[in-house]
Amino acid sequence: MKMEVLSPGLMTSVQDLGRHGHQKHGVIVSGAMDSYALRIANLLVGNSEGEAALEITLVGPKLKLQKGTLLALTGGDLSPVIEGKAVPMWRPVYIKQDCVLKFGACRAGCRVYLAVAGAYNIPDVMGSKSTYLRAGIGGFQGRTLQKGDRLETNAASETAHRMIRHLAKTSGTPFFAAPSWYADKGYISSTAKPIKIRVMTGRQFEFFTHNSQNRLFSQPFLITTQSDRMGYRLSGEELKLEQHLEMISEAVAFGTVQVPPDGNPIILLADRQTAGGYPKIAQVAMIDISRLAQAKPGSTLLFTKVSVKEAEQLYLNRERGIETFKRALSLKLK
Amino acid sequence: MKTVMEFEIMPLGDAALLVEFGKSISPEIHKKVKSLTDYLDKNSFPGMIEYVAAFTSVTVFYEPVTILNRIAEKMENRTAGEVVAGLLQEIIGKLDGTDHTISRVVEIPVCYGGEFGPDLDFVARHNKLSPKEVIEIHTGGQYLVYMIGFAPGFPYLGGMSEKIATPRRQSPRTSIPAGSVGIAGMQTGAYPISTPGGWQLIGRTPTALFRPRENPPSLLNAGDTVRFYPISYEEYQAMRGNEA
Repeated sequence: MKMEVLSPGLMTSVQDLGRHGHQKHGVIVSGAMDSYALRIANLLVGNSEGEAALEITLVGPKLKLQKGTLLALTGGDLSPVIEGKAVPMWRPVYIKQDCVLKFGACRAGCRVYLAVAGAYNIPDVMGSKSTYLRAGIGGFQGRTLQKGDRLETNAASETAHRMIRHLAKTSGTPFFAAPSWYADKGYISSTAKPIKIRVMTGRQFEFFTHNSQNRLFSQPFLITTQSDRMGYRLSGEELKLEQHLEMISEAVAFGTVQVPPDGNPIILLADRQTAGGYPKIAQVAMIDISRLAQAKPGSTLLFTKVSVKEAEQLYLNRERGIETFKRALSLKLK
Repeated sequence: MKTVMEFEIMPLGDAALLVEFGKSISPEIHKKVKSLTDYLDKNSFPGMIEYVAAFTSVTVFYEPVTILNRIAEKMENRTAGEVVAGLLQEIIGKLDGTDHTISRVVEIPVCYGGEFGPDLDFVARHNKLSPKEVIEIHTGGQYLVYMIGFAPGFPYLGGMSEKIATPRRQSPRTSIPAGSVGIAGMQTGAYPISTPGGWQLIGRTPTALFRPRENPPSLLNAGDTVRFYPISYEEYQAMRGNEA
């Protein structure tokens, strides 16, 4: 199957679960900002969960699809439409005729994942298909998609073929068919209220003033427009250290909340550098990384405190949920 | 002789632990960092994703489900973080804190001055030296690679002579070409990829520091010793041709 880019959207790139194992060589992890959505999208089309998908940001692309394609859209709701008909998300969608997939208003979240059965035929670079923009490697020719790009897909799995046979019999619209069931999208907020993000206190939390420590958990922080896949720059009343702190660069992680001298925190994300030298006031719990990744500039975040133990338990529960979903999916496709 | 390694283990969130061996940058603490990373390179454990080595610390990233399924004793009531902390404690207890690997010496050719080193004259004037003396001091040094970070293959080097130390530029350049060799304060280094930066540029190397198609993708590794040697513009062009 082929997919042709008629217009690329704001920022559409190929991402998988990231390039792990080379941070010691200074190579950043990259990968999907919302890895939960990427994994579910892949499972819905019969791929292994860590395959590469398109990560679409805020303004979607226009894509020409071929008859016979099986795809899934997960993540934020950017109003996907095929030939005038809204395309349901979080479920497999079978394309019955050549058509064009477009996106419209951003209704919830800000990042959509588009997986296709068989996955995109993209070469691995250092064990991953994720796009590493600054180094110009990985993904589709090391860059975001452009008009005229053609993405090819590999042969679909047996699971995908079973899904296709099942959906080909469903009536649906003239251009596509999808089942009535869908996967759990749970976490994406569409309201204007502050988005609650659970964090653990960071290694240098104690070095901040008492007021700043309290403020971290009481005031909402605005995600500014100087935010990207590398990090969200937040603004609020500034966070101050009790006194100057001599820092030696050390590792950072996805969701590390660090505070540079201006007192405005930065949350490090998928394209973060491997190490950093600013004090770490907090660390976002893995369970809330997806929710964070779907928060867009202009939204506000409210941090709430969890222990490492609680955070780990929440993560384990989510992973058990994904295992249950995989079993349910394989039963549907028997 | 076995030296007792002092260290502290702290969580970096719910999927990583940071092991800290000290609070200052020194070759002794670097050796402890290196002894742990050498061990982990040879003996990764199920559920360990990777590590990041820094000046005084090693951070180990892990996947909690795998840790609990593969390493934790059945029915034990510990979190994945506690299991990994216990494992790291056990590993570090067995290490003797000395670096057994022979430090690899990597020689890096540099074409100094001219269009490649627009700040060589400034560095000379700042230190009341001639450009030739700056080159002699820079090539006379032996530099320890403390860590790789900031950019792919970018080495944090220790051991530069104070005689050529120069503050960063007042206004950073928006783009520094790959291969640029520079000085920032007491540090020297080379840029593997083109990036913005405020370093004083004294030359350029034709040697690629970042090699995405090779394994490992970085020319230098933490623990290596670097020496720079001068080459002419013609030699630079010839070597550059061979690299491409």
